[in-house]
Amino acid sequence: MKIRLSFRLNGNPIELETDAERRVVDLLREDFGFTGTKEACGSGECGACTILVEGESRLACLMRVGQLEGRSVLTIEGLSDGKHLHPVQQAFVEAGAVQCGFCTPGLILGTIDLLRRNPRPDREEIREGLSGNLCRCTGFQKIVDAVEKVVSSPAEGSDPCPVG
Amino acid sequence: MPESLEALWPALEEPDTMVYAGGTDVLVRLRSGSGQPQQLICLERLRELQGIEDHGDRVLIKAGTSHARILDDPIIQTRLPVLARAVKSLGSPPIRNMGTIGGNICSASPAGDTLPPLYVLQAEVALRSRTADRRLPIGDFIKGPGQTAIRPDEILTGIWIPKNPEFNRQHYEKVGQRKALAISIVSLAALIELTPAGMIEDIRLAWGSVGPTVVTAPEVEAVLRGRPLRLEVLKEAAEATRRAVSPIDDIRATADYRREVAGNLLYRLSLRVETSPEILPR
Ligand SMILES: Cc1cc2nc3c(=O)[nH]c(=O)nc-3n(C[C@H](O)[C@H](O)[C@H](O)COP(=O)(O)OP(=O)(O)OC[C@H]3O[C@@H](n4cnc5c(N)ncnc54)[C@H](O)[C@@H]3O)c2cc1C
Ligand code: FES
Ligand code: FES
Repeated sequence: MKIRLSFRLNGNPIELETDAERRVVDLLREDFGFTGTKEACGSGECGACTILVEGESRLACLMRVGQLEGRSVLTIEGLSDGKHLHPVQQAFVEAGAVQCGFCTPGLILGTIDLLRRNPRPDREEIREGLSGNLCRCTGFQKIVDAVEKVVSSPAEGSDPCPVG
Repeated sequence: MPESLEALWPALEEPDTMVYAGGTDVLVRLRSGSGQPQQLICLERLRELQGIEDHGDRVLIKAGTSHARILDDPIIQTRLPVLARAVKSLGSPPIRNMGTIGGNICSASPAGDTLPPLYVLQAEVALRSRTADRRLPIGDFIKGPGQTAIRPDEILTGIWIPKNPEFNRQHYEKVGQRKALAISIVSLAALIELTPAGMIEDIRLAWGSVGPTVVTAPEVEAVLRGRPLRLEVLKEAAEATRRAVSPIDDIRATADYRREVAGNLLYRLSLRVETSPEILPR
């Protein structure tokens, strides 16, 4: 079945017609080329496909396209203004929290959701907040360090928790 | 995607339809290849299914309320901590943003984290069809793994939870393979009325994952009622628990291990409850 959709994607209004049965992860990757939204497990366990919908983290592999109607969506591609990295991205770079980078988009968007709920998480709360995101190669120590960096020196200017 | 119940009913009457809310169970199940229904109806936008209401002696949680909203709610935090603790242990943050309490109940998994709390709290589910409303105790609604008393023309609209002011302590604990994203191997929900002298005046217990549905065991509660909350007494109750449960072997754990843990979880009541300073407000 075809459906018409309109929603905001990384700040831009989108209108399109597509199959209702499609998943959001496929729409983002295939139709928009936003390959930052990764698919690994396809079943909610790894967080690689994390996106923000109305600022809340959701798993694009467990969403159908219709669920985007009227909503604001942010993917990793919409996070920086093209000139400066978002403070969370910057902190990941500085803390060496990125190796292959496969998990990174999901972890960064997951971090933004965590900071929206709890602007000053301690290490235990950071671990709990990112417990839905798996990383196979960096190790979680440096990822937690990166988030701690953002918490201890909040950047000025950019929106810490953009909605999209 | 209907936005009101009015719009839902005609869609529900189409043949071979299935509803979903957060989709965290349904979309995983469909992917694993267990037959595609003709039509999947998403309940996410139904206004009537959103929110938490305080009705004095009871709390109503509407079926489409996400786990994240439940965790944020002050009434749940202060009056129903047994449920708050269970929801806190469910999945991961994005799963809790997407998944709903109605979906957890209707999936009727023996490991569903909200179920043991809802059993001890003696919650009632509210069901609605185009023409009628009915309510059922949670224990009558859940029939077996994945099976409930819901009819094809009905949806779950919410869950009514008595505040149970006669119990001053609440406890939930889950044992899983790891901390996050672990489906429970065994879980225990408890409501206890503890006197200032440490006597168990009254108690309700429910275990998850040790039977086809949540297990309640009046004989275990009887062992504990009227006696002090001490390790010797809990040991006796743990023995009775191991006789009362009927776990299965699966990829997560063996039946023997589950039987052992189901009893052991009781010991921790002495640690967690006796030393916990919090006493619920009436
Ligand atoms: C990675 C992962 C980890 C998980 N971890 C846990 C965990 O630790 N503990 C746990 O308990 N669960 C866990 N789950 C399972 C799941 O997230 C929960 O059961 C969740 O509450 C389901 O809610 P939902 O809204 O997503 O359900 P859906 O998938 O939308 O629906 C589930 C079932 O309920 C029916 N349904 C939903 N709403 C209604 C309604 N209002 N009326 C009638 N029928 C309805 C659907 O038809 C379907 O049969 C996990 C799932 C995943 C993918
Ligand atoms: S691909 Fe979506 S959670 Fe793993
Ligand atoms: S950096 Fe490689 S998976 Fe995390």
